Amino acid sequence: MSQTETETETETVPDVATPTWEYDPAPEARELAHIRSSYGLFIDGEFVDPAGDGSFATIDPSTERHLAEVALAGGEDVDRAVAAARKAFGPWSAASGRDRGRYLFRLARLLAERAREFAVLESIDNGKPIRETRDIDVPTAAAHLFYHAGWADKLDWAGLGPQPRPLGVAGQVIPWNFPLLMLIWKIAPALACGNTVVIKPAETTPLSAMLFAELCQQAELPPGVVNIVTGAGETGAAIVSHGDVDKVAFTGSTAVGKAIQRELAGSGKRLTLELGGKAANVVFDDAPIDQAVEGIVDGIFFNQGHVCCAGSRLLVQENVHDLVVDKLKRRLETLRLGDPLDKNTDIGAINSAEQLERITSLVDIGEAEGGERWSPACELPSSGFWFAPTVFTGVGASSRIAVEEIFGPVLSVLTFRTPEEAVAKANNTPYGLSAGVWTEKGSRMFWMADRLEAGVVWANTFNRLDPTSPFGGYKESGFGREGGRHGLAAYLAAPALEG
Amino acid sequence: MSLVLPGDVTDLTDATASDSALQRFLHGLPGVDQVGAEKRAATLATRSIKRGSKRWALDLAISMVDLTTLEGADTPGRIRSLCAKAVRPDPSDPQVPSAAAVCVYPDLVGTAVEAVGGSGVQVASVATAFPSGRSSLDIKLADTRDAVAAGADEIDMVIDRGAFLTGRYGQVLEEIVAVKEACGDAHLKVILETGELATYDNVRRASWLALAGGGDFVKTSTGKVSPASTLPVTLVMLEAVRDFAQLTGEIRGVKSAGGIRTAKDALRYLVLVNEVAGPEWLRPDRYRFGASSLLNDLLLQRTKQLTGVYADPDRVTID
Amino acid sequence: MATDRLDVRKTYKLYLGGRFPRSESGRTFEITDSKGRFLANAARASRKDVRDAVVAARKAQQGWAAATAYNRGQVLYRVAELLEGRRDQFVAEVAAAEGLSTRKATSQVDAAIDRWVHYAGWTDKYAQVDGGLNPVAGPYFDLSVPEPTGVVAAIAPQRSSLLGLTAVLAPLLVSGNTAVVVASERRALPAITLSEVLATSDVPGGVVNLLTGHVTELAPVLAGHLDVDALDLTGCTGTEVDTEELERLAAENVKRVVPAPAEEPAFDAGPAGPARILAFCETKTVWHPKGT
Repeated sequence: MSQTETETETETVPDVATPTWEYDPAPEARELAHIRSSYGLFIDGEFVDPAGDGSFATIDPSTERHLAEVALAGGEDVDRAVAAARKAFGPWSAASGRDRGRYLFRLARLLAERAREFAVLESIDNGKPIRETRDIDVPTAAAHLFYHAGWADKLDWAGLGPQPRPLGVAGQVIPWNFPLLMLIWKIAPALACGNTVVIKPAETTPLSAMLFAELCQQAELPPGVVNIVTGAGETGAAIVSHGDVDKVAFTGSTAVGKAIQRELAGSGKRLTLELGGKAANVVFDDAPIDQAVEGIVDGIFFNQGHVCCAGSRLLVQENVHDLVVDKLKRRLETLRLGDPLDKNTDIGAINSAEQLERITSLVDIGEAEGGERWSPACELPSSGFWFAPTVFTGVGASSRIAVEEIFGPVLSVLTFRTPEEAVAKANNTPYGLSAGVWTEKGSRMFWMADRLEAGVVWANTFNRLDPTSPFGGYKESGFGREGGRHGLAAYLAAPALEG
Repeated sequence: MSLVLPGDVTDLTDATASDSALQRFLHGLPGVDQVGAEKRAATLATRSIKRGSKRWALDLAISMVDLTTLEGADTPGRIRSLCAKAVRPDPSDPQVPSAAAVCVYPDLVGTAVEAVGGSGVQVASVATAFPSGRSSLDIKLADTRDAVAAGADEIDMVIDRGAFLTGRYGQVLEEIVAVKEACGDAHLKVILETGELATYDNVRRASWLALAGGGDFVKTSTGKVSPASTLPVTLVMLEAVRDFAQLTGEIRGVKSAGGIRTAKDALRYLVLVNEVAGPEWLRPDRYRFGASSLLNDLLLQRTKQLTGVYADPDRVTID
Repeated sequence: MATDRLDVRKTYKLYLGGRFPRSESGRTFEITDSKGRFLANAARASRKDVRDAVVAARKAQQGWAAATAYNRGQVLYRVAELLEGRRDQFVAEVAAAEGLSTRKATSQVDAAIDRWVHYAGWTDKYAQVDGGLNPVAGPYFDLSVPEPTGVVAAIAPQRSSLLGLTAVLAPLLVSGNTAVVVASERRALPAITLSEVLATSDVPGGVVNLLTGHVTELAPVLAGHLDVDALDLTGCTGTEVDTEELERLAAENVKRVVPAPAEEPAFDAGPAGPARILAFCETKTVWHPKGT
């Protein structure tokens, strides 16, 4: 990487010339997000106090600044929320699809109208860059509501059996990596299909959900159709195991997903799981290399790597390994890490101390196991939770960083020689959520797409999401799909197997 | 060893040794995925440039402008006016840097040279049967020599797009080499006319061809064909120049020309230069804007930055 | 007279990887007719037989899934052809196993044959019914297609020995899954005879593996097996097996589970569209940019 500096003439350069161009801070206005000092639960259309007096703090992970106290919902609160959802289910499921759709259209519009406010709030509570919340999370969430609004009066033609019926009360538990987007992924199809919901946002990122509750009020959504209860794992467990919940939808870790599947054994409750991943991003020597490098960056450093479908295993054809790694490193030097509210920030804060600890310990293990660790020169802020983008080369296939989901900005680079080897290595994991392929050869692309055991295959792109496009896993990455026509199936009674 | 291209390509001697080697080399370059390239350019376009960095960038952009007039109706009077503007874009503020160059037709080079005097503003001339390039090599070379003889510091040539699109890469290369030779000490900018090349793969190949032929700059467009410069086209060319520098150690420049009218657009281009090629390309001898109306908007925005007041277009001169 | 002739009896074995081994355990159990009269000794499969069956099913899966849809359709249709040729034998066995009149047994066998024909016709259609283009908001070609889940373990219905088995088995083969099936425990003989049909048909060895034995012994092994991708518990209805425990075991590798129905379905009415096919499919979504 020698940059030859042979030319010395600088007289034509303006006086202000400096060797690098430091972008001045370009912060989005923090005041756009109105954060209350405390939040209750959203049950039966109202913000209410929890039965107990428990609460927990949510903080800004980029500064560790205290943001708000949030109600800790206990079993009694979950009972109340489920009861409200049950009461609302009758009229909601009996309402015409047209009217259910109308509420969802209202929500879509309300969300779009207050998009910037949501983006700022989400960045503050989650630590992710405003560029992502502004350009991806919030608009995609609004699009998801709009898409499902349109389904509400068309379910008969969805090809999911004659006279599709809703399931009842859906209990939903979502993660902290895309707090608003996951909330909408869960709520939109449930409501479109005529279900009511009790949903629990993640403990560290409850704020955008509580703001969405305000939209439910503004949309005059009938009380009880959407109930939002905040809390930690125990609150989630109370929802999942509640006797009057008909359907459970969970997005989160594979370990918890398995526990839920075990818990629901024999209950007859419908279950969909969107769990972990360890996606391979396969780069062939005939790839569009510059775009592949972008795809690799998008694949693992988007959202600080807090993405279940992250391309955390780079499988690169051996003859272009050095080239790709070299270009990748140069590209990573340009990533900007820092204040999530700065519009030029590419890498924000790690969501929690706990997650930072997990990433740190796995990376230490990776180093101890002999992987060569590299990060660009990058100054980490002194407070808050931060982790520099990290690339491991020389990683053994059995190394823990190549096997376990890290859920952080850490890429493991492995090599292959032939397409067969690429597929074998890519599939050599219990996970199967996503995969990437980079090649300019069409037939090889389809050959790979056919063989990769993954619910989503991104060919010559990565981490693209769309409301119309089904998303979900193979193998231990879960079952069921979210988005598209397929996603509706999770919220409708299963068609009869026999005539 | 610098890693730039797949395979064992370490210099361009072999790659340009024969027509067939050239074909293999250019078609062996990694492809450009259109959607990915455009997405990258669009993402970089969301960079937010504020305060000090914006003031700095506006001045830099002014110093990178090739103030251009390429009209059949051009007259010596117009050229003199343009040159005055290039030398001193804002007579009320001596802090405003000069533009990089004026860019004119060959017959007006003499007038321009006289007008810019010893200001340091370069005189660039289009040549080689601009803008179509549809003439014999002899005529193109004569056109070039004519401009150089008249005192042009820089020559903006056009490649033979017809030859390129029919795969006669050797012919395109030979023309560039010949024109470069005819330039003598003058710098050569090679116009690809990307709007006629149609694909980014072609833009990448043509960029390497221009660099291999000795072009000091690769330039997007004549300004006479739509689309002219776009962010993703410039991105692909910057990648080529960056990779070429890694491979050969020689730093060449990029000129984006046509359709860049606002300061906001210009800053987006500078972001691309900074993040794709690198900050060491943020110099007028490595990056240029070919434009006419852009300069006035840069001046307006500069005033706004300094005074905090939105300016009135009538307070900058029309040239 | 011909009746003086002592018939040559068949030894009923397992069907594993295209072969007919005895249980590695050496065990058998007695199969009787509906009136309790001895019919035959069937192999009583063990944990290790389950293991071998899963290995065989896994080995065969990629090849079966890679066959063209047209080819899978022809192979499944061929099963119907062979069943038709041995119709009388199946009528007799079903009648004996289920205690049915010849007329009723005939209708069961005919329905089973029809079911193979029906599913043979689905192989090259279900993907169009379930998959398609996703009109994403961007310059991408985005397709969703159903793919086989992999290795499916199925407990065949206990009462409907041939039709029920077919109703469970045929649809999961349509997309390219391979199967480990535990036959009806007390009415196992038609299943074993079906495996002879499969062995002489064009169904590749290992695509269907058929075990006889005790459901309570075999089902938990399958439910807990980490190389089994999905579980069809349709046939657990009417057995002593703890299906809740099976579902718990299935969670260990996030198996897809078709739960046991409250009552064994009446299979006579015919299948409800492609539901059983799709119960063992995964949706794969493939994105590719559109550009020049």
